[in-house]
Amino acid sequence: MESQETIAKKPTILSDRYQTGWKEKVSEIFSRYGIFIIFLGMVTLMSFLTPYFFNVLNLINVVRQVSFIGIVAMGVTFVIITKGIDLSSGSVIALISVVAADFAHPGEHSLFVPLAIGVGVGALTGLINGTITAKGMIPPFIATLGMMTAARGLALLYSDGRPIGNLSDSFLFIGAGEILGIPFPIIVFLVVGIISHLLLSNTKFGKYTYAIGGNEQAARICGINVDRHLILVYTYAGLLTAIAGLMLTARISVGQPSMGVMYELDAIAAAVIGGTSLTGGIGTIPGTMIGALIIGVLNNGLDLLNVSSYWQQILKGAIIVTAVLIDSRKNKKS
Amino acid sequence: MGAEYILEMENITKEFPGVKALDNIQLKVKKGTVHALMGENGAGKSTLMKILFGIYSGSGTIKFNGKELKLSGPKDALNNGISMIHQELSPVPYMTVAENIFLGREPVYGKSGWVNKKKLIENTKKLFETLNISIDPTTKMKDLSIANMQMVEIAAAVSHHANLIIMDEPTSAITEKEVEHLFKIIRSLKKKGVSIIYISHKMDEVFKICDEITVLRDGQYIGTKPAHELNQDSLIQMMVGREIKQVFHKEKAEVKEVVLSVKNLSRKGKFNNVSFEVRKGEILGIAGLMGSGRTELIESIFGIAPPTSGEIYLHGKRVSIQSPSGAIRNKIGLLTEDRKLTGAFLPLSVKENMIISSLENFVNFGYIKSRLVKKTCDAQVKRLNIKTPNLNQLIMNLSGGNQQKVLLARWLLNDPDLLILDEPTRGVDVGAKAEIHKLISKLAQEGKAIIMVSSEMPEILGMSDRVLVMHEGNQKGELSREEATQEKILEVAYQ
Repeated sequence: MESQETIAKKPTILSDRYQTGWKEKVSEIFSRYGIFIIFLGMVTLMSFLTPYFFNVLNLINVVRQVSFIGIVAMGVTFVIITKGIDLSSGSVIALISVVAADFAHPGEHSLFVPLAIGVGVGALTGLINGTITAKGMIPPFIATLGMMTAARGLALLYSDGRPIGNLSDSFLFIGAGEILGIPFPIIVFLVVGIISHLLLSNTKFGKYTYAIGGNEQAARICGINVDRHLILVYTYAGLLTAIAGLMLTARISVGQPSMGVMYELDAIAAAVIGGTSLTGGIGTIPGTMIGALIIGVLNNGLDLLNVSSYWQQILKGAIIVTAVLIDSRKNKKS
Repeated sequence: MGAEYILEMENITKEFPGVKALDNIQLKVKKGTVHALMGENGAGKSTLMKILFGIYSGSGTIKFNGKELKLSGPKDALNNGISMIHQELSPVPYMTVAENIFLGREPVYGKSGWVNKKKLIENTKKLFETLNISIDPTTKMKDLSIANMQMVEIAAAVSHHANLIIMDEPTSAITEKEVEHLFKIIRSLKKKGVSIIYISHKMDEVFKICDEITVLRDGQYIGTKPAHELNQDSLIQMMVGREIKQVFHKEKAEVKEVVLSVKNLSRKGKFNNVSFEVRKGEILGIAGLMGSGRTELIESIFGIAPPTSGEIYLHGKRVSIQSPSGAIRNKIGLLTEDRKLTGAFLPLSVKENMIISSLENFVNFGYIKSRLVKKTCDAQVKRLNIKTPNLNQLIMNLSGGNQQKVLLARWLLNDPDLLILDEPTRGVDVGAKAEIHKLISKLAQEGKAIIMVSSEMPEILGMSDRVLVMHEGNQKGELSREEATQEKILEVAYQ
């Protein structure tokens, strides 16, 4: 309440906003659409720096690369909004990859089987993450760290440490196929994006997600079944991880137990760059999608500029920290 | 002049982007006096104190002991002899009481940086002795009750040997007994020539302990007067700029059939054998000091921590409520004691805060009908007179009173038969307080059964039809509205 003294004034500021100067207006626009503006700025900058960046083929390439991490990041966004974290996505991708590949050899099963098994494994890992976190009262960092280690081990065990190749054409389509010239992963990225956005912003499920992250105790008192909801959120994240894992396997056309290393961190980075707050209760799907695109544009642009991958990592690190810095300053102001 | 005043703040102005929080404020505090700083929430009291304590910078002059003071931060303020008891406690839970008090200035062996634990504990013991506080310095902070934490905070502020101590709502979390203790400490500090700036919403305290009163309103300086020249009515008038005649808007309501009946309810270690009933249209006040088990009692009724024995009947039917969602299904609502901790979703909007507990009514296959939400929330904003620029405003940007109204609206949307209000006007300014009281009375008239827990005696006396008195987990008695007086309630509690 200390801050309420000043904050209580806020309503008058807002109603006066229309009379206040352009400076406030600009800062207001920037704080709302800041990440989008930064994204456009990066695209413009890259277009000037290298002639190879801004053409349809390259842009499609960027978005396709981003779709896998982007889909994982959307699930992670739900988790982070509840004030949780998911460190297991990278390893779970590897597990799904080898298990699905094993059922995707030509002439053995219909396409439905590897997809269903992959999605099932993903959802199951999420279910376990959520249950351990909610019912076991174990911090999600630890619960998912355990899953991260165990799932990687399971993937290596299942595949005997070797890649599983010889996949059916119908399976390969989900990673490499195109519809009307648009790569299939991009279409899935957009569809998952729209569904996740609607789910988060317009449904009971979404509101409860925000509420739990915003104040878990208050959520319980409001009658929300917090444990059940947390389990559902982690399961949803596992499900999206599975979708990304299946497409990635098809894209590189083998089931790889070493696949997806560091994916969990890239996904968290995308969510955070996109404005999702680790303190819970704050974040949006469009933000996360832009966050993933920023990482993609950065990687691609720097590749085209022949910047070494070492420098790319350093820059990526700097951008993640800067994004959070801007975000925390924004929060402090309000 | 300089000798008489310890503090002279003049022409203090502070602007936040787009708003003048303080406009030409003055505050002059005489040596060895207790000076109350009064005003509604948003009047600028805390902002002014933050400037004085070096947390904010503002324009204007501050003279301390006759010398002009320019502070670089709280540490600088402490070095200059100004200390502050913050309204919100900030304990380090896993450190001991002694470590908390001397945080950042622990006694060390020579210049080694090794903490001299023995001396640390000794110093704390000495400090507690002078203040008559009986808390073990080696207890972990997390194991203390809120009231004791507050006493530690007070001791810490005193331990700086400051000439001026700012106390921002020091009694918001402590019971009457400890308030008396605090006043003793204040009086002995006064004798030593220490001056105190006292911020509180509780009028009776202010008149009891303060020598002079300065009033702020909407960032403006209204005036300074000796306390004995003012009374409650004239002070309220200064604060709100309009006369609030009737402080408690309790209207007669028709009392009908029993809604809730509780028989021999107990929760081990918290409260024993509590029995009472509440009827439609009735307001049952629960009075009791901190630690009396009153909050635990209503938590058990609401299913947060189910009782270990006893029975609960709703509309004559026995119920077993194991969770808040069970309570909500049984048409019970609970406005919790601590708005920030268990009430508001601070990062969410006014709208979301309002509908979160009744979402069922707004969804079609899980999809939220946004037009219905807007219509419903607009109606609540209007009905409860909530001051917010729009429904999408984040609740944390509203004043305490308006936040409380939003949370009340949340429970009204569930249309409960029984509404439990725990400290419904804590940290709420005078104007909003009256509005909330009026609303509570109206809800009773509309046929709701209401249980109201409050530490504020005048509120209990002004609003309740009956008063249930609790003390140390036991039900001590029940008083009718006519019987109940402040003295009588204490008498029953301690009998």
